[in-house]
Amino acid sequence: MSHSCDLFIVGAGPAGMSAAIIAARAGLSVVVADEGGAPGGQIYRGVQGGTLAALGADYHEGRALADAFIASSARYLPRSAVFMIESQHTGGFDIGVSCQGQATLWQSARVLIATGALERPFPIPGWTLPGVMTAGAAQTLLKSSAIVPHGPTILAGSGPLLLLLAAQYRRLGVPIAALLDTTPGGQWRAALPHLPGFLASAYFGKGLALLRELAGSVKIMRGVTALAAIGNETLNAVDYTADGQTHRLPAATLLLHQGVVPQVNLAMAAGVEHRWNARRLAFEPVLDADGRSNIADLFIAGDTGGIGGAAAAARQGQIAALAMLGANAEEPRAALKAALRGRAFLDALYRPALQFRLPADDVIVCRCEEVTAGDIRALAHRGTTGPNQAKVFTRAGMGPCQGRGCALTVCELIAAERGQSPQTTGHMRVRNPVKPIALGEMASLTRSAAPQSD
Amino acid sequence: MFRRLEGVRVPVEICVNGQNVQASDGDSVAAALLVLGIATFRHTPKTGSPRAAYCGMGVCFDCLVTIDGEPNRQACLTPIAPGMTIDTGTRLPQLSETASI
Ligand code: FES
Repeated sequence: MSHSCDLFIVGAGPAGMSAAIIAARAGLSVVVADEGGAPGGQIYRGVQGGTLAALGADYHEGRALADAFIASSARYLPRSAVFMIESQHTGGFDIGVSCQGQATLWQSARVLIATGALERPFPIPGWTLPGVMTAGAAQTLLKSSAIVPHGPTILAGSGPLLLLLAAQYRRLGVPIAALLDTTPGGQWRAALPHLPGFLASAYFGKGLALLRELAGSVKIMRGVTALAAIGNETLNAVDYTADGQTHRLPAATLLLHQGVVPQVNLAMAAGVEHRWNARRLAFEPVLDADGRSNIADLFIAGDTGGIGGAAAAARQGQIAALAMLGANAEEPRAALKAALRGRAFLDALYRPALQFRLPADDVIVCRCEEVTAGDIRALAHRGTTGPNQAKVFTRAGMGPCQGRGCALTVCELIAAERGQSPQTTGHMRVRNPVKPIALGEMASLTRSAAPQSD
Repeated sequence: MFRRLEGVRVPVEICVNGQNVQASDGDSVAAALLVLGIATFRHTPKTGSPRAAYCGMGVCFDCLVTIDGEPNRQACLTPIAPGMTIDTGTRLPQLSETASI
């Protein structure tokens, strides 16, 4: 069986699905691989079987897109992790895909990376305790299995997703003990210049409705400057500091969120150039208006290219596909502009506070290898120039998550200690395979990939 | 602790830590364990500190459990299947035993 196609798309979220629909309609052979069991990505997780009205209209809008994608001629590979993208000398790409312990090598003339975002690291004391989870994880449980927390539940952090989750829980009758808002108080000043764009955007009305919905029904503590998850075997309380006073709340579940950042590993390992975005505090790939990277025929769309949300992601997916076809993309371009309106305001308003990005010395930053902020700072003082050296000395970023959970923290910690910009410090080097692959799987891959094997 | 809003949709028999229990078709292993009240999925090899699903989307690798005898499977990405055996709470071997090159 031949494993080749004209366009290989990684990720079946709004960007990947939108690109696939257009490219497939134009006659390209399209393959879409995604780690999930159903199309939609994190934002529309489980949308084809979703019945909970409480998830809101924005979520259910994803249904039509997922249906159109499944109806298209694109070949969809669910539960498939792409662990490698490599340019071939002759043009085109080798793509390593792992599905249920079975590795396959695909060849494609073009690649679109649309792997979306992941939660920004939220290193606080105790964040590795069972019972502490990202807000995104809680939403996935809600969307795909209609599962909600039971017992005292605390939401903590900053940003629209946290408010949305609180509203969804409220509609479903899930009690929330408190929402601990870590948004720094004075940030509206920095956001003010972006206010006109925000007022003209869809975010304004939706945000206002959310706040109105939550007012009076959820206890919101603002100006939270410190957080700690307390417990031995599992979480049993949350400490928070506001107005200089520390309080303790009993808790069975703590859901953390302070924004999302692009998933960079796959693109970085493929050789795509990335730069630090000081406004969004994240590394982002360098792309042109079509989503083209520095590697010929490798495109990136959606949140992987810089956080823009689901509506923008869908448009970017369309634009990238149209660019590959050499077709006019005027309409999605105009729609993209509208979809991105208001983001600059949100970025400035919800910029995560320094103390939640650069934690105290005793806080674990690399969850896999249990490396603390103090370990990284000590290395920086001893002259460590960047995350790659830190990785060698501490194993931070060497665990199975391959730095996804700590790379930003390690980079910002070293940059702060050395008084340089994170751009200068640089991102931890990322290599293929970007997902842990069993040795047996690699062996079977080599055999099937060798042209002389049969 | 977690609970289901809608009750079990289509029941599926699985075996968790030697006990036969019911889960709901379409659940991930992580979802099934959380609803069963299993808070801790594993302990880290380095310090023995307890862990459970954190990111819920295949990123953090904190949800590793033994599934059908195979250690270090990601509970959040693995769908349950009839007759599946899942073991948690054990001190799992170092991950370097699977290649993470
Ligand atoms: S919960 Fe993070 S990988 Fe499964």
